[in-house]
Amino acid sequence: MTEQAPAIELKGISKAFGPVQANKDISIRVMPGTIHGIIGENGAGKSTLMSILYGFYKADAGEVFIAGQKTSIPDSQAAIAAGIGMVFQHFKLVENFTVLENVILGAEDSGLLRPSLARARRELKSLAEEYELNVDPDALIEEVGVGMQQRVEILKALYRKADILILDEPTGVLTPAEADHLFRILENLKREGKTIILITHKLREIMEITDTVSVMRRGEMTATVKTTDTSPAELAELMVGRKVLLRVDKAPAQIGRKILEVRDLNVTDDKGVHRLKGVSFDVHAGEILGIAGVAGNGQSELLEVLGGYERATGSIKVNGEEIDLTGAKSDGQSRRLRGIAHVPEDRQREGLIMDYAAWENTAFGYHHADEYQRSSLFMDNAAIRKDTEEKMARFDVRPPDPKLAAKNFSGGNQQKIVLAREIERNPDLLLIGQPTRGVDIGAIEFIHQQIVALRDQGKAILLVSVELEEILSLSDRIAVMFDGKMMGERMPQETDEKELGLLMAGMTTEPQGSLHEAVEANLAHAGGDASKEV
Amino acid sequence: MDFATLLQMLDATMRLATPLLLACLAGLYSERAGIFDIGLEGKMLAAAFLSAAIASVTGNVWVGLLAGIGASMALSVVHGLASITFRGNQLISGVAINFLAAGLTVVVAQSWFRQGGRTPQLTDGGRFEPITLPFAEALRDVPVIGPIYYELISGHTPLVYVAILMVPLTWWILYRTRFGLRLRAVGENPAAVDTAGVSVIYLRYVAVAICGVLCGIAGAYLATALQAGFVKDMSAGRGFIALAALIFAKWRPWYALYACLLFGFLQAMSLRPDVIEGVLNFKVNGQFLDVLPYILTVVILAGFVGKAIPPRAGGEPYVKER
Repeated sequence: MTEQAPAIELKGISKAFGPVQANKDISIRVMPGTIHGIIGENGAGKSTLMSILYGFYKADAGEVFIAGQKTSIPDSQAAIAAGIGMVFQHFKLVENFTVLENVILGAEDSGLLRPSLARARRELKSLAEEYELNVDPDALIEEVGVGMQQRVEILKALYRKADILILDEPTGVLTPAEADHLFRILENLKREGKTIILITHKLREIMEITDTVSVMRRGEMTATVKTTDTSPAELAELMVGRKVLLRVDKAPAQIGRKILEVRDLNVTDDKGVHRLKGVSFDVHAGEILGIAGVAGNGQSELLEVLGGYERATGSIKVNGEEIDLTGAKSDGQSRRLRGIAHVPEDRQREGLIMDYAAWENTAFGYHHADEYQRSSLFMDNAAIRKDTEEKMARFDVRPPDPKLAAKNFSGGNQQKIVLAREIERNPDLLLIGQPTRGVDIGAIEFIHQQIVALRDQGKAILLVSVELEEILSLSDRIAVMFDGKMMGERMPQETDEKELGLLMAGMTTEPQGSLHEAVEANLAHAGGDASKEV
Repeated sequence: MDFATLLQMLDATMRLATPLLLACLAGLYSERAGIFDIGLEGKMLAAAFLSAAIASVTGNVWVGLLAGIGASMALSVVHGLASITFRGNQLISGVAINFLAAGLTVVVAQSWFRQGGRTPQLTDGGRFEPITLPFAEALRDVPVIGPIYYELISGHTPLVYVAILMVPLTWWILYRTRFGLRLRAVGENPAAVDTAGVSVIYLRYVAVAICGVLCGIAGAYLATALQAGFVKDMSAGRGFIALAALIFAKWRPWYALYACLLFGFLQAMSLRPDVIEGVLNFKVNGQFLDVLPYILTVVILAGFVGKAIPPRAGGEPYVKER
């Protein structure tokens, strides 16, 4: 290495939120012109560390050096002045402003807007040519896809002359082609001497693009290594603190009779948007059907219809019997009675009541069950609590305290509570949406094992996930949704991320010309709000 | 209805729309910055009282106007502290301000002037006088244009012109200046403003302060221009009508003008039941005309006029989060 001063050096950074030590004595050096990955489970303290660097939080102890200079960063303004730009996981854009207005916000040249807008327009054009950061300056943010929104965030940082760019989980909402495009942009930026910090929990991305990688676990930096000297398995072990199975271990599927038959399902939402367009498919006993797709292409509506809280036209048969899609029997309770269990996509809003205790949450939907009643008037709360305690033990929920409110469990443990409630009722069909969103690697392993175990008991499973890796490793059959339609089915052994990625962007053949542009154009064609719901 | 009567009606519309427009624009600044303000009514009332009280004591209406603005500003600071600094509930703060103003104005008026909760009748220098615009007299006899200019456009108190001029000014500030861009942004997504290195708190306080000034002018207009002195509850729901107009206008300045003129026209109608009778050829119950603006308010608030999307961060205190 050269004698250059590091672009960023943190020394002994600590930060506590009440009793929780989010960052413990963290030191890190990032050399200029490199891409440095920070990897760790949810709650490991990655985002806290970067928020300190961007002036969102004040560290309790420690020092920050930018390009060798000791720098204090009390607020975002100071961070910007120090040449730091940040692309947050949830974009900080004003939705009903144009791209141009978002770029200049806070970095206007003068009291009047016209000169700033004109300068920004010129600058954006040259930045677009330099780094493949093409955007439409006059488009409204709410009308463009997430890929472009993310490029606007990067442009915002570059427009403010940032030399250091921090990206927090940047690929979570992107299609594989869009992610590749992003990585090309990052490579371009690196070539121009910019320093990039990439926060992610995806091992593949770390291996693919970073030069060095730091691993965080429970607020501590457990290792910093050169990417070429490590392996995904080693990183996963460093993240979790024990050996982790990255591939799902499963026997070949024993396909049984047809459990679910969906024919020509159509949903139009209250804004008049056609969300599902003639969807048909089957799921058999002992089979996991994975539905891949970029968020907002109708998967949520599909789960909602099957789960009983969205109206639809068409036909759904469970075990050969028609299900009511619009009438009095189109509710969650009736669905459960027909043997459908549902682990919803948004567990914090639809799967749990966050302020209620775990034992109350494990009874929801099944609170009419006979074993929960003491008499015809009163519920047997003690029985529910005892039942919950047993479930928590079987599903390794930590802490195993039935009286703790749902919001006090981590994402993975919340998911286990929902899973325990739905699986243990012995359903014929399990609907499961984004089973591992916001869930730690260790818990992901456990949840995947549970899903496979359920399949091996001969249950039908409909899995919806935006994580392609998850779809590929769990599914026995894969269907891809785009713009409310089924784009086709593939067997996991006979396909790959690239082919699925194209289907997810609505393309059935190889596009001509630049891949990401074709993908982008197709996604935009499907309507701006297709990509907005994440 | 002849031309002269129509002009009179429109003239009254202008006068009655002025306080609505000022309050509506006041609310526009505040709500565009993400601070809902149902305390417009209370601020107007406090300003009406203090402007009339000070004008009657000093005999100078301009000093009265300043005092009115001061009273409204004081309540704005309370609202700002409650909703920005202490991140309280903006609706509750607004309701509290309305109650506070309704009670305090009467109590203090009684204690100061002992006239049953009124201020003394304002005379001469204590009131805003109509001003005659240049050439009004000369053009008076030109057909059509003359009467329109003389009757309708000329001959209002200065605050009427202030209110009208505030409309293009507000539009220009919102859409053509850095401050306007940031103001609109902070009401839509304060996190975007914060991460861009601009203070959310500062912007919101400025917006609330502008709201205070405009409400102050609106209140002073009621007591020192429209009427001659303060009486109990003289704002008579105008703050709420202004809010309805703001929703009707979908938080846009020019539409705020049109909405306020519509409400002003309805109020003008209730002053001239004879004209309505002349036009419709049957007698309309006077009370019905009185309640028309309020009925329209309810209709608008119930959402019968298309979808009005408020600023997205409206009503939410800003808390930094990861």
